[in-house]
Parts: sequence; structure tokens; C-alpha cells
Amino acid sequence: MNYKQPLELNGLLLQLDLFLRGNLPPFWASLIEGLLILIAVLAAYAVIALILIYAERKVTAFFQARLGPNRVGKYGFIQSIADMIKILIKEIIHINRVDRFLFYAAPFFVICASVMAFGAIPFGQGLQAVDFNIGIVYVLAVSSLGIIGVLLAGWSSNNKYSMIGAMRSGAQFISYELSAAFALMTIVVMTGTMQLSEIVENQRYAWNIFNGHIPAIVAFVIYLISGHAETNRAPFDLPEAEGELTAGYHTEYSGMQFGFYYLAEYLNMFIIAAIATTVFLGGWMPIQIKGMDAFNQIMWYIPSYVWFIGKTAVLVFISLWVRWSFPRLRIDLLLNLEWKYLLPINLVNILIMVLIVLAGWTLTDLFPILFGN
Amino acid sequence: MLEQIIFSILAIAIALFSVLAVTSKRIIRSAIYLLFVLLATAGLFLMLNYHFLFAVQVTVYAGGIMVLFIMAIFLTHKPGKIVERRTNLKIISSILLSGGGLILCGYIILRNVTRVYNYLKINEINMQDIGRAMMGTEKYQFLLPFEAISLLLLACIIGAIMIARKEKNIETNDNKDLDHK
Repeated sequence: MNYKQPLELNGLLLQLDLFLRGNLPPFWASLIEGLLILIAVLAAYAVIALILIYAERKVTAFFQARLGPNRVGKYGFIQSIADMIKILIKEIIHINRVDRFLFYAAPFFVICASVMAFGAIPFGQGLQAVDFNIGIVYVLAVSSLGIIGVLLAGWSSNNKYSMIGAMRSGAQFISYELSAAFALMTIVVMTGTMQLSEIVENQRYAWNIFNGHIPAIVAFVIYLISGHAETNRAPFDLPEAEGELTAGYHTEYSGMQFGFYYLAEYLNMFIIAAIATTVFLGGWMPIQIKGMDAFNQIMWYIPSYVWFIGKTAVLVFISLWVRWSFPRLRIDLLLNLEWKYLLPINLVNILIMVLIVLAGWTLTDLFPILFGN
Repeated sequence: MLEQIIFSILAIAIALFSVLAVTSKRIIRSAIYLLFVLLATAGLFLMLNYHFLFAVQVTVYAGGIMVLFIMAIFLTHKPGKIVERRTNLKIISSILLSGGGLILCGYIILRNVTRVYNYLKINEINMQDIGRAMMGTEKYQFLLPFEAISLLLLACIIGAIMIARKEKNIETNDNKDLDHK
């Protein structure tokens, strides 16, 4: 069944591709396309960060019964743009007796890892920069590089606060990375593919979280917890616990170097939410009910990227909600949570998922008339 | 053309950083140069369209082992300390050793390069095939038991940590006792 999709961008992109390939030799065409994609990804990265910073400040303010930014522009809309300009023109303070090369290289590790993971996210139909066969593993692989930047920043700053923050961050990240990966693998067991586009396509009538019912919901919750911990945000913000460590690993950074860490933190939050959306909540796929073509057509009129952003926004909101609802954990409690609870639960969960898939108890297997592709 | 440019960049990066990794006087910098070498190697896998090995290289070596290296260096050494140069004899012997290794590896690679190239040219190896090779029970399959051996290694490491930690606790207790006395 082909539905009308008037607002999709893939037709436009196809035209652009054909135009470039028709008029240029293949080398220049791929080069220009690569550059265009790079610019688009970086622009989206910056814009999403600005929106997230504004949203976070506003939501935080409402949680704390304040108004939040409301002076620059209507409702403070332009506040984060003003902040961006401010941080861009700030002086970068040179610290004495740091390891210069590592000190200046560290923010780039963090930001590169984050941009690379960001590039693989399917934002909508045809709006995916690279669609690897190993999609999920790729995202896990490149996002694991960010921690090196944090460790280096902590060491090269020549500051005890930074060092302790970096060590805590390292321990935390390595631990929770395991849980995040296992939670995603649970879904890979169910869908039988790691390619993000195929995972989205498989969720046409039943989102994975419903399709795999109990183990999928457990995996979803574990993924959200461990993803939240990976981004170093409260209640898992020990690495930068301001009461004890001033600002943790980025204490000595100033100006745009600090800005990189700040950007990466927000974008990592977005990436976690986006991956969770793609893997568990159907990605950019509109809500569809098998057999009800009129309803489906109405749903398809809403473009896929709006669906994607909407679902992601809900998860981002949950992340902010958690941040302002729970107190900070102690480091031993934090590691206990991962190694004594989440990881064993996760391993058992994968086994349950394997049994469910083998027994044919997923929703698509049980009710092929309602949910089968 | 584009492939050749990218390949030369990667190759130069690998060569340069691997030399820097052994000649750098600060141990933490050596670790970082080694990281760059591993990442550039991952880039080569990506060029060959062998995405799985790319991801494994990045997760296991760059994201896993290097992070542990760096943490271990933080915990054990003074990472910024400038290490003194070794004696000439040691430098010469290590140059000879690495030269021998280079000749051996080069000979093996030269002999097998066409075979590997033909194998890689076929297609991208997709995840399903790798999964079958791991879990299947036919010929050239059933790699899982092989992987399970590495679990044994993990158990050994955890055991070692437990033993090491206990000893340390006893030691500190002893110290406390001494302090009290």
C-alpha cells in the first residue's frame, strides 16, 4: 500500500542527487554530496543543541516553580542563541603546566564521537547519512570513544578535581556501556537485524517495545537508565558533582572548549533518546493500524521527521524529568546498581527474549493478522 | 582517486603514529598515539567495506582496551613523567627485532595478498553470515565455544582483582592496628 506523503524530503534529495550526478564527474559529485551531508549534520547538531539547551532551561524552571529565561525574545526564545554568541567570543584561558597537546585535543574526542554517532541516526524516511549493515554496533562503537576525551581532559588539566571527575566518569561510563549494549542486543535478537533502517521498517504495525512485550519493556527501561548514566547527567552526575568537584573533568576549560563538552552532553542526551526511539518506539514510522487505510493515510500526512522528533522529544522530556526528580547517587551505589542489578537482569532478559522468539510468542508471531508486516 | 587519497592519509597516519607511539617520552602520549593507530586501522577496514571488523576494532581496541590502558596508566604510573632514553644497545636490539618482525609479516602478507584481495572483493560480509558462523553447527561454523574461552579469561581477571583487593584490605587493617598501638 502506497500512501501519499506530501511533506517528505526524500524526493527532493533524490532530485538533488540526480542533478549532481548528471552534471559532474562521479568524484566531484560524491565529494560535494559528502560535504553537503557534513554541513547538514553539523548544522542539525548545533541547532538541536540550541533547542535542547533552551528546552532544558525552561523545563527545569517549571520544575522548580520559576519562569526560566524570559528576557531575550518572546518567552526567551533567543536566549540560547545569545548564549552561543557569548560563548563563541569568550577568551580561551591558557592554563599553565598542562600537557598542551592532550589538553587541546580532549574536547575534540568528545565532540567527534558524539557527531559520529549522531550521523548514523535515521531522522526520517531517506534522512540517514549512513545506513550500515551493523547500525547498532556502529553507534555503540563510536559513542564509546567519547570517554577517552573525558579521561584525557581530566588528566591533562593538571588539577585534582578534574582527575577525580575523570576517573569517576571512566568507571561509570565503562560500566553502563555494557548495560546499554545488552539492552539493544535484546532487541537485535528479536528483530534479527542490526541495520537501523530495517529495524524501523520492521516496526510498521507493532513497535518493538510492544512486539517483544515483557523483555522488550525491561530492556527499554534498562536502556534509558544506562543511557542516562552514560551522559553523566543527574542523578548520575558524579563526575561533575559541583558540591565536591567544582565542575569535574572540565573545570579548567573555558570558552568554546568548555562549549564543546556542553554541546556534547546535550547531544548525547538526544542521541540516547533518538536510538531508544529508533530501536524501541518505531523510529520515524508513523502510527499505523493494519487494514485501516484512511487512518494510516492521515498519519502519513504528518511527515516522518516530525514523528521522529516528537517521539524523541518525549524521551528527552523523561530524561529532564528524571534529572530534577532524583537526588545524586553515591559512587558505590552507582556501581552496585549496574554490576549487581542491571547487568544480571539484562543477561537473564536476553535469555527470556531468545526463548520468546524461539517459542513464537512475539506479538507479530501470535497475531499475524493484526501486526504482521 | 578518492579512495587512494583517503588510503594515503590513513597509511601515513598509521606509520607516523606508530613511530611516535614508541618514541614518545611520556607514557600517556604513547597511549594516545597508539589509539590513533588503532583508529586509522579501523578506517582501513571501513574502506574495505568490512564494517563488522571496523566496529569491533573501534569498540574493543579503541573504546575498550585503550580506555583500560589509560585508566591503568593513571592509577599506576606518574603519567606525565618524562621517561629517560634507553641505552643504545637496547635501542639497536629493538630496532633489529622490529625489523625482523616487519620482514616476516611483509613476506606473509605479500604471499597471501592476492588471495585476501579476491576474498574481500566479493561483497560486504553481512551480520547474518557472521552470526551463523558463530552459532551454527556445521563445518567452518560453531565459533561460539572459541569465544567462550575468552569468558574464562574474564573470570580469571575478576578473580585476580578479588585476590588483589583482599590482600590490600588485610594490609590496611594491619597498618591500622599498628597505628593504634
